[in-house]
Amino acid sequence: MIELDDLDRKLLRALIEDGRLGAARLARRFDMSQPAIWRRIRRLEEGGVLAGRRVRLDKEALGFGVTVFLGIKLATKGRVSLEDFERAVTAIPEVQIVQHVLGLYDYRLRVVARDLSDFERVLRRRIMTLPGVGDVEANVLLSDERRPGPIGG
Amino acid sequence: MRQLDDQDRRLLRFVQADALAPIGEVAERAGLSAAQATRRLDRMEAEGVIKGYGAVIQWQALGYALSVSLRVTLDKTVPSAFDDFLSAARDIPEVDEIQTFLGRVDVRLNVIARDMAHYQGIYRSRILALPHIADIEALMLVSEVKDSESLPL
Repeated sequence: MIELDDLDRKLLRALIEDGRLGAARLARRFDMSQPAIWRRIRRLEEGGVLAGRRVRLDKEALGFGVTVFLGIKLATKGRVSLEDFERAVTAIPEVQIVQHVLGLYDYRLRVVARDLSDFERVLRRRIMTLPGVGDVEANVLLSDERRPGPIGG
Repeated sequence: MRQLDDQDRRLLRFVQADALAPIGEVAERAGLSAAQATRRLDRMEAEGVIKGYGAVIQWQALGYALSVSLRVTLDKTVPSAFDDFLSAARDIPEVDEIQTFLGRVDVRLNVIARDMAHYQGIYRSRILALPHIADIEALMLVSEVKDSESLPL
C-alpha cells in the first residue's frame, strides 16, 4: 500500500481535473523539477494508485439522454448462475457498470439509453431476458457528482 | 451544435477505449491523418462534446478496501431536504460520488473506507448525522464486474 504526502495529493487532484497534464506543466505549477514530478507519477502508477485516464464525454450531446441505475436480484443462485449472468450482462453495450454487491440486491448496474423508450427496449429485450434475473428496481439518474474523495484539500 | 459524423464517433470510440493512446495511433485506426484527427478532437473539445480527460484513482491501492453504496430516502415534507442533505454530504471526505434519482431512491452516496471499523465510524458519526434521512439501505461492493463508462457510440 502506498502512503501519500501533500504533494502526491496535489498531483492526484490536478490529474483528476486534467489527466493529460504532463510533467513539465505540473513541475511549473508545483515549483518542482520535472524529473522529481516524473518519479512521483511513476511511483503512483506502479503502485496502482493512478489507474489510467478516462475521457469525459457530454452524454446528452452524444444523444444519450437517460441514465438508469438498476438493482437486480437473481432468482436462482449458485456459481454457474452468477457466471452466466455476469457473462451475459457485461456483453450489453448500454450497460456501463456491473457491480456484484451484498445487500438488498445481488447486482448494481448503470445503463445508458437515448431516451425512456430506448431504455424500455434495453430493459425488456436485454435485461429482463438475462439468465437467472429476478427482481429489478430502476432509478432514473437526475444528477451525478464526482467528489475528489479523501485526497480532497 | 454541428452534427457529429461517423469519423467523429469512430475517434471517440478509440479515445474512450484508451485515453492515453498517442494521436498517431488513434488517427491510424480511425483511418485519418494525425492532423485530421487532432483537428476533429480539438473541435469536439471546443464544442464541449469532450469535457476533459481525468485520471482514474484506484482507492484500493491507497488502503481503501471497502466501497459501500448507500441508498437514501429523504423526508420530503421538508422543502429544503435535498439541498440540506447534499451540501452536508459534500463535507464528508470519504464520500466520492453523490447522485440524485427519480424513483424509490432519492440520493445515492458512495462511501469508501479502509476497513469495517473505519466504515462503521464514518457511518455512525457522519452519515447518520446527515439531515432529513427517512430511510437508508447499504449495498456493499463485492466485485467490480464491469466498469467502463463508455458510451455505445
